[in-house]
Amino acid sequence: MHYLKAPIYELKQTTREFRWSDAFVLLTITALLYLGVHFGFHAPEAVRGPNIVLEPSALPYYAFRSVLRMGAAYLLSLMFTLVYGYAAARSRRAEQILLPTLDVLQSVPILSFLPVVLLGLSAVMPERFAAELASVVLIFTSQVWNMTFSWYQSLTTLPKELREAAEIFRMNWWLKIRKLELPFGAIGLIWNSMMSWAGGWFFLMAAEIFTVGERDYRLPGLGAYLREASHQGNIPAILWGLGTLVLVIVLLDQLVWRPLVAWSEKFKLEMVEQETHASSWFYDVLRSSKLSERVSVFWERISERIDAWTLRVWPFQPERISERPQRGDTAWKLFMLVALILIAYSVLRSLHLLAQVEIGQWFAILQGVVTTALRVFTSLAIALCWTVPLGVYIGMNTRLASRLQPLVQIAASIPATALFPVFVLMLAQLPGGLNVAAIMLMLTGTQWYLLFNVIAGTMSIPQELRFTVTLLGLNRWQKWRVLILPALFPYLITGAITASGGAWNASIVAEYVEFGGRTLRVTGLGDLIAYSTAQGNFPLLLASTLTMITTVVLVNRLLWRRLYRIAASRYRME
Amino acid sequence: MTNGKTLVELEHVSQVYATGRKRFYAVQDINLTISEGEFVCLLGPSGCGKSTLLRLITGLQRPTEGRIRYRGEELRGVNPHASIVFQTFALFPWLSVQENVEVALKARGVPPKIRTACALDLLDRVGLDGFENAYPRELSGGMRQKVGFARAMAVEPELLCLDEPFSALDVLSSEALRGELMELWLDGKIPTKAILMVTHNIEEAAEMADRLIIMGTSPGRVIAEVNVDMPQPRHRKSPQFLKLIDQIYAILAGQTQPEPVEIGTAPGKPGITRWLPQIQISDLVGLLEHLAESSQPTYDIYQLTEDFGADSDLVLRLIDTAELLGFVRVGQGDVMLTPLGETFSEASILTRKEIFSTRIRRLPIFQWLINMLHLAENQSLKRDVVRAAIELELPPADAEKQLNTIIEWGRYGEVIAYDDETETIMLEPLVGQSVPGH
Repeated sequence: MHYLKAPIYELKQTTREFRWSDAFVLLTITALLYLGVHFGFHAPEAVRGPNIVLEPSALPYYAFRSVLRMGAAYLLSLMFTLVYGYAAARSRRAEQILLPTLDVLQSVPILSFLPVVLLGLSAVMPERFAAELASVVLIFTSQVWNMTFSWYQSLTTLPKELREAAEIFRMNWWLKIRKLELPFGAIGLIWNSMMSWAGGWFFLMAAEIFTVGERDYRLPGLGAYLREASHQGNIPAILWGLGTLVLVIVLLDQLVWRPLVAWSEKFKLEMVEQETHASSWFYDVLRSSKLSERVSVFWERISERIDAWTLRVWPFQPERISERPQRGDTAWKLFMLVALILIAYSVLRSLHLLAQVEIGQWFAILQGVVTTALRVFTSLAIALCWTVPLGVYIGMNTRLASRLQPLVQIAASIPATALFPVFVLMLAQLPGGLNVAAIMLMLTGTQWYLLFNVIAGTMSIPQELRFTVTLLGLNRWQKWRVLILPALFPYLITGAITASGGAWNASIVAEYVEFGGRTLRVTGLGDLIAYSTAQGNFPLLLASTLTMITTVVLVNRLLWRRLYRIAASRYRME
Repeated sequence: MTNGKTLVELEHVSQVYATGRKRFYAVQDINLTISEGEFVCLLGPSGCGKSTLLRLITGLQRPTEGRIRYRGEELRGVNPHASIVFQTFALFPWLSVQENVEVALKARGVPPKIRTACALDLLDRVGLDGFENAYPRELSGGMRQKVGFARAMAVEPELLCLDEPFSALDVLSSEALRGELMELWLDGKIPTKAILMVTHNIEEAAEMADRLIIMGTSPGRVIAEVNVDMPQPRHRKSPQFLKLIDQIYAILAGQTQPEPVEIGTAPGKPGITRWLPQIQISDLVGLLEHLAESSQPTYDIYQLTEDFGADSDLVLRLIDTAELLGFVRVGQGDVMLTPLGETFSEASILTRKEIFSTRIRRLPIFQWLINMLHLAENQSLKRDVVRAAIELELPPADAEKQLNTIIEWGRYGEVIAYDDETETIMLEPLVGQSVPGH
């Protein structure tokens, strides 16, 4: 159950109270949103997307385009991660921006940016290109932060003696990155890349097609294919599309991520031999092939040259390990000043824009907050109801766990946004159908996190405690109350935090749907965002987007963080 | 062995680190020289700044005050003629044994062929041939440290620095490795001009070094220098060696002073604050019982470390504690149980607690804390408040440890109570009364 690792360890870092820096980040987001909306005024009135063909033979091409988009966003994220994480570890200033940004963006429903980003971009560039870029930007925003944080964290937690060894043996910066920092950060980076990639599918599926009113943004890809298929009620096409998506995800997992994980085992810092190893058949095949031998010999020769060259160009520069250089004071202050003025201006303008929102509309927004929140918590409650008993059952039976693991992982890997068109197709005709569909979408996004966490929590209960409970002759209810629930609590909270974040995100695509020439709506904040985009009501769009961000951040800080702190201090199994 | 040429010179070197507005000395006003041909040992309890001093000498850190010269020239940046063998080995786990050694040469621009030959030769010399392609995690601790030595020697340093190189190893492998190092050094098989070793292990220092620089804590400073004029190899059982060990223990354990000097003053008051040593109370009880069981009036401290098979550092801290509480008297490397100590060791669990309680109430640091609690609302204080008060005098990490010790002692003596959940320190309701048991 490797998938759990990332969220748990991320959260440990971010259990802080609200700070001024959070407010700063929120204001910056406001400013950026305002800029998007500002450009959005000039967005073309009507946009025609390309036709999506439902022939199964078109699927490889669509899958290829989707993967390409993901790849582009991921590459961008990786580059940003390496550069920015490095900067953050070296300079206090970059660090001061990174941590709160990460903190807020982790909880902000990133999907709520989509309309603003799309409209803003399509005002300044051709629609097709704008849609491509918007999807890449969105995926980038969703996946970059935890990667950057992981890289930053490994850079700052590098054992001091290893750093000193690199110093005393006079490695230049290049050798330090190659022999020390990258190997040390590799495991975290690869795990977080996997998490980011999985999260990226969710956004890609939603970002490939966004139809509001006369504006029809669509990109050739799997997400658009699925939506079009359900739009036309073409069940075989839906199945073909879902099958292709699962196939692509599984292939990527088997051919890229598993081998990477197996390979990265050698970068473990622990000095004890592990009993279990991550295994990958593909990695074993690669490693034993003649080709890989040649490649590695070739690589050795190249890297030797590069190393020698860097040593000539950048000879060893002693670095004071205990001190961090602080340079460019004036330049930094100037930069901050300009940034602050820009932000302040944009925030003022956005306030001006917000002033145009009528009282009645604010009331609608408030109503939207409540109803969407109700939907989010309902989906969470439903998810808890079935994941806790099942998760505990699986966790107690290790055999079952290992047999179910691949199945659950495949099921969990299907992004909820890809299933949504199917739900709508099934439920649209029923009264209150969209309501049910919306909750189901949230549920698909949330339940897996919870299930994984429950299983991990159960497996973390020490065998001795289980024996003790049996020896004491506690009945089933007492057993749950004394042992299982307290042990699960931290895991449930961790799962619930991630899950509720996903659910808020989902509301944006779930509450307002154009389907079969009709527009289906249910009251909610997500509906308001989509509706105001369709109407070109930019003040309302800005107001509802900002409200959603603020609500989610507040709920996170005031509810989840507190629960998490209690969980971490009182119910930890250590 | 010394031919007199000075290699390293330290003049009034201090290292200060600041947290907030407070400044603390890690080491203060150090003067020392290391000459060619010398094996010098920095010896002292944990926290005396000996590792900091090693990092200053190698140039990994820059001193806040004073000068460090290498061969007469002021040291700028990392000393290219020095290398370090680390306590935790500091090997790159993702590189093979051979690559670990080679990478040190690669960084100096040595071409691949020469590099490989040199690495293989060194691994051969430390007895690791056959393990070139192994990864560090496949090796035992002793073998890992051999890689550490091979890597440090690969760059042919003039000054070889050893930072507690044997303390992470088991007894047998550290013994073997010490012997092998001494052989390489004494036979001149390595181009090293001088060795500087940091250790808290007294026997190890006495066995290997030509000169011991003994350091004390708060602030870290040199308290004595001892020249060892014994030929190698030295035998641990020889009377001469035992005398030397005794002498070192006498320096490190000091002499019991009159009580006001011994217990010091409260934090914030003029005079030296006597912080509590970091020990487990059960260990203290064990020590006192052991002393009481022996029929001798005085006990050799060195003998105690032998009896317990314990670290000299721990034994010294325990004796320090017993001395502070008035349970023992210390002088000339010997320790003697006081009548109070005798009573304590023979008492029941509850009486022990009571004696402990009355003793710690005499310590200025507890009086200071009790006084603060009396003045506080509800006679209770948040943990953070007390820690902040201690941080006025101690660096944060030390303050945290000190507070933990205070709480542990206070809880044992039932002088204060502590609530883990709310992180509050409270006065025990029975304060001031002497109630036998409950």
